[in-house]
Amino acid sequence: MSDLTVPACLTRRLGARIWNSRVDYLFLVPGMLIFGAFILYPIFAAEYFSLLNWSGFDSNAQFVGLANYMELLQDPFFWNAFGRSFLFTLSTVPAQMFISLIIAIILNNKLLKLSALFRTMIFLPVVTPVAVIGIVMTIMLSPFNGPINMAILDSGLLSRPLDFLGDPDLVLSTLAAIYVWKWVGVTMVYWLAALQTVPAELYEACKLDGVKGWQVTLYVIMPMIMPFAIVIALISAISALNVFPLIMSMTQGGPYFASEVMEVYIFRYAFATAGAIPRLGYASAAGVFFGLAIMSLTILQVLAVRHLRNREKPNAA
Amino acid sequence: MPHDASVSIRPPVLSPRMRRVLISVVLAAVCAVWIYPLLWMVSASLKDNAAIFANEGLIPERPSFENYVRAWKEANIGSYFFNTVFVTVGSVILVTIASSMMGYVLGRRRFVGRGLIFALIAFTIFVPQGYTIIPVFDLLTRMGLGQSLWGVMLATCGGSFVIFVLLFAGYFSQIPNELEEAAKMDGVSFIKTFWFVMLPLARPIVVTVVVMQTLYAWNDFLLPLVVTLANPSIRTLSVGVYAFRGENFIDWGGMTAASTISILPVVILFLFLQRYFIDGLAGAVKG
Repeated sequence: MSDLTVPACLTRRLGARIWNSRVDYLFLVPGMLIFGAFILYPIFAAEYFSLLNWSGFDSNAQFVGLANYMELLQDPFFWNAFGRSFLFTLSTVPAQMFISLIIAIILNNKLLKLSALFRTMIFLPVVTPVAVIGIVMTIMLSPFNGPINMAILDSGLLSRPLDFLGDPDLVLSTLAAIYVWKWVGVTMVYWLAALQTVPAELYEACKLDGVKGWQVTLYVIMPMIMPFAIVIALISAISALNVFPLIMSMTQGGPYFASEVMEVYIFRYAFATAGAIPRLGYASAAGVFFGLAIMSLTILQVLAVRHLRNREKPNAA
Repeated sequence: MPHDASVSIRPPVLSPRMRRVLISVVLAAVCAVWIYPLLWMVSASLKDNAAIFANEGLIPERPSFENYVRAWKEANIGSYFFNTVFVTVGSVILVTIASSMMGYVLGRRRFVGRGLIFALIAFTIFVPQGYTIIPVFDLLTRMGLGQSLWGVMLATCGGSFVIFVLLFAGYFSQIPNELEEAAKMDGVSFIKTFWFVMLPLARPIVVTVVVMQTLYAWNDFLLPLVVTLANPSIRTLSVGVYAFRGENFIDWGGMTAASTISILPVVILFLFLQRYFIDGLAGAVKG
């Protein structure tokens, strides 16, 4: 608020209020430094960079207006990568949420003695760095003597090995499966946390009333943890848009760009130019376009959820 | 009891105990397949390169730690390991202190600008890393940290910072006022109240933040890759293992040994903290 619009007495009171909470502001300083420098500033800077023709970090940048965006919209590789990012998210998130929910419901059983051990095993891929997963999975899926192809051949299902990572038609599904395998553990922990909010008395009451286990799960527990499902879906969707590490360590976007998602596209233009001149402005434009698309989708999702909730309220009251 | 009668009409096929045993057996099989790739990795790291593809089963016939010695010394995995520890420990300390302080003030205090900060946080929460990587790298370069571990460490703090602040703010806002008032009456300063009274109360969130930030920093790839492109000596484990593969793509023994080294610390950390971690998340979700 500028001083012009606020009467003098009000500004003085405002000043006094600010002075009174000076310790609060002091507490905010470290957090705001991190937030400002590495979250807020980059968001606005990326927008400015996207208007430049800029080849390197110390050379002169030239202002070109919306030229980068015009070029971007005409590049089929951009649209392919853009679509692939969303396709990847749409296919992994439901699978990840469904599988992890089932595992969480089974492992939530307090009488299951080994539940902590199983939980840890399911969680192991989560704590494994993607670079490691890239190495191990490349071996596992190798068409020459990889264990998975050996198993397929031995079972007699197919007569020829599958080139999971080398076949442009297979590569994205393969990466999606590996992605789900790696991250199911995290979603499982979210579901377990949600299940812990169901009071133990409820299970007891159902047991006394002779309700069967699967009925309790379906009709009592599911409605109780559904509010969490929205949050979990949102978090999972955002993480699925950050698949860069996995794809870099497995295929680098290949073969023939078949697994090039948005971040790989950005990285290719900005950093991995292999002799050509880096195009940071152009890459920024791709990032901004992508980021804005995600933000608008998020807002739409939030609005949809709010709309649904408002419709439910009169019924509940 | 009428309920017991209704149960006895149709006795279950399996007793509950038998059913639990059956579920455990199925789960054990699923888990074995689930972690097979990682078991294979550990097994390969103990074999020599000829034995890895000789189909001799998971348990090596002549286990040796030669691969580990080679990876640690020749492939610099040793120094990458300490680089990663520096980045992880540094960012965990900074993030925990900064996010708990910010969350405390946002969750419990009323001051001018509070709404604005919340609005900014909501606005930024879903921005993907690909969007910000170029400005972050540019900023680090301007600060003279474009090719230093300090740069990686500082920028890694930004990763999930906003979520941590919200976790702390939600948790602190539920704590009753009496404690703070009692501390105030006793003349304890604001900072001391926070440090000795409030922060210990928020232990579940502290553990959650420590585990999540450790996982994030240990796994982070894009940022360390970009910062270390021109300076290989400060690579972190993720980037180091990735580069190792590019440079020695036939040394499977060394590669799997390097990989095993890079997952061991986080696995151990998770084993010790997993109960607190899930409880902490549950506490946060409730709020």
